[in-house]
Amino acid sequence: MDFDLTEEQRLLKESVDGLLADSYDFENRKKYAKEKGGWSKAVWSKLAEQGLLGLPFSEEDGGFGGGAVETMIVMEALGRALVLEPYLATVVIGGGFLRHGGSAAQKAAHVPGIVDGSKTLAFAQLEKNSRYDLADVATTAKKKGDGWIIDGEKFVVLNGETADTFIVTARTKGGQRDRNGIGVFLVPANAKGVSKKGYPTQDGLHAADVTFTGVEVGADAVLGDPGNGLPLVEQVVDDARIALCAEAVGAMDESLKTTVEYIKTRKQFGVPIGSFQVLQHRAADMFVALEQARSMAMFATMAADFDDAKERANAIAAAKVQIGKSGKFVGQQSIQLHGGIGMTMEAKIGHYFKRLTMIENTFGDTDYHLARVSDGPGLV
Amino acid sequence: MDLNFTKEEIAFRDEVRQFFKDNVPPETRRKLQEGRHLSKDEMVTWWRILNKKGWGVSHWPKEYGGTGWTSVQHFIFNEELQMAPAPQPLAFGVSMVGPVIYTFGSEAQKKKYLPRIATVEDWWCQGFSEPGSGSDLASLKTKAERKGDKWIVNGQKTWTTLAQHADMIFCLCRTNSNVKKQEGISFILIDMKTKGITVRPIQTIDGGHEVNEVFFDDVEVPLENLVGEENKGWDYAKFLLGNERTGIARVGVSKERIRRIKELAGKVESGGKPVLQDQKFREKLAAVEIELKALELTQLRVVADEGKHGKGKPNPASSVLKIKGSEIQQATTELLMEVIGPFAAPYDIHGDDGSNETMDWTAQIAPSYFNNRKVSIYGGSNEIQRNIITKAVLGL
Repeated sequence: MDFDLTEEQRLLKESVDGLLADSYDFENRKKYAKEKGGWSKAVWSKLAEQGLLGLPFSEEDGGFGGGAVETMIVMEALGRALVLEPYLATVVIGGGFLRHGGSAAQKAAHVPGIVDGSKTLAFAQLEKNSRYDLADVATTAKKKGDGWIIDGEKFVVLNGETADTFIVTARTKGGQRDRNGIGVFLVPANAKGVSKKGYPTQDGLHAADVTFTGVEVGADAVLGDPGNGLPLVEQVVDDARIALCAEAVGAMDESLKTTVEYIKTRKQFGVPIGSFQVLQHRAADMFVALEQARSMAMFATMAADFDDAKERANAIAAAKVQIGKSGKFVGQQSIQLHGGIGMTMEAKIGHYFKRLTMIENTFGDTDYHLARVSDGPGLV
Repeated sequence: MDLNFTKEEIAFRDEVRQFFKDNVPPETRRKLQEGRHLSKDEMVTWWRILNKKGWGVSHWPKEYGGTGWTSVQHFIFNEELQMAPAPQPLAFGVSMVGPVIYTFGSEAQKKKYLPRIATVEDWWCQGFSEPGSGSDLASLKTKAERKGDKWIVNGQKTWTTLAQHADMIFCLCRTNSNVKKQEGISFILIDMKTKGITVRPIQTIDGGHEVNEVFFDDVEVPLENLVGEENKGWDYAKFLLGNERTGIARVGVSKERIRRIKELAGKVESGGKPVLQDQKFREKLAAVEIELKALELTQLRVVADEGKHGKGKPNPASSVLKIKGSEIQQATTELLMEVIGPFAAPYDIHGDDGSNETMDWTAQIAPSYFNNRKVSIYGGSNEIQRNIITKAVLGL
């Protein structure tokens, strides 16, 4: 048992922390948000230069062979700096589909562009009525010759505005909520029949609603088994949940730090407000919530390598519950302890709250995962 | 980062588990599972079994009978012990006064007391809290005055756990009233049979008798019973309280109780089906399990850190253990109450002394729930723990 980072992991952490310390303070973030698509190409190139975009790919695919712990290190740092760039969408999720389900040809076609920063991806999964159920897919993929025709609407597709390639879930057979009959397809964003409406999200990221109308793709667009793609989706979404847990821990950590600094300096009644016990105890409770979340984010990270799929899913669901609860508490109380200034767009603290709020509602909220854990094999 | 125990650690866990399985007396195990109090004999019997095995004072230095285990082994041992379930070694002797004596005591004190702690020839109790000194412990007033070759002790201690069984008490006494309150306290060992000591039971809301008031009326104590230096007692007390950082989470106790909740909720019916199948109940239980899993990992982080970097600089996460550990213990007793619902009501006037076997397993559930309100109060209330986080971790 060992919770320490290896020497290589420590260097990775130093390098990503260093890069973000240099290039990603809150003022810079505001500038990046105004760039086309809502994020910085220059920062993305720096992430590529440092090898972070190729981190999880195997060396034979042109990557660096990093595992779940390496991704956790990066995501925590991205959470701390409230990074806008599409790392989750492109590297964790897009890359995850290619790593777990991609053929040699598909990897060869897509991984180099991810690693060198020239291409980004987006996961078109959410539908009007699917909520958090990954098996609820109304979008269809009908066989035509060797290829497929995709029809359907997808919503809140993260990085959907600027992605070069969509990864789309579509039903190849069965009813709307059947576990069987879901295919996963690589669709070029500029394919005929793809239309999208982009917008910023509440937390400053960008997303799009994407409509697929008679979009034709070849047989080589299918990731894995077109008749049984759900296990692949579940595996990649679990990876995404783990990454979100780490990102949330980074955001909570920085949110608490910022808040503690603020109540040390903000004076009322002639003294720093941090001298009031009622605020001290609130901050102490935030610390407890953060540490419990940190423990569960580590648990989820290590669960990525569990052999038993049920145990893996159970552990990750449990982590998402803890992250959801802790994130809500730390986020809300950070605003409360800042008082009025916490309500302003100008102050950084509210942006942590907004990101934490959106993380809770991504790939299953607290109630959704609590219900899963309650039906699961137990944790203790 | 690696969550798994090593092969050696797993072998150790299996050995410990098997030993508990074979050696915890069944009646003791049953009483603990049902949340009953044990008799003095039952506890002493078990501790002597443990000590015979060489595990009675496991975390002491080897020269005084300790095992030399790693932090992880201690963690495994404690968790297995709590899950067995078996009585934990008497903290007042093994975890509190023992380490104070071998760290600050004289050679004569070490020789005299340490072996008797291990064999439970001396049952120790703790004389810290007073009616006017709870969270503000350093304000204590029980006085020890030098007179010839004796200390003369006068005052009152309270919340003294199991003093009714005790042979010895370690006391914080005021030996100087003219200095800062922390600087006039001494750590003194007192024989409970000494003339002038009166023990009065306090009945707690569960109906049980765990705690007592202890009165000192011109009690004569040999001068050599002072530990370390005069007026340095507060330092020793802080050492003592800081010593038990990880055990306080009681993860194993809560795990065992969750097993019991599941077992009972699988039997008790509501609306024609077991309570365990009620979605609302399942989610409440799952929420507690998740908190407990998180706490277990937080504890493992602290343990792994101590193993690697020594106990010198505590991991900031360690201050979470008492707060969350107590909250979870309380939540589990609350869930048990929910499982039995209206059958929590009957009160067994015989208490749990074993004289009345007509009451069934439900009898101790409400008392255990009431009794567990103590865990967020003792050992530094959870509010004091928040003060500690505020100062030591957040720097406010």
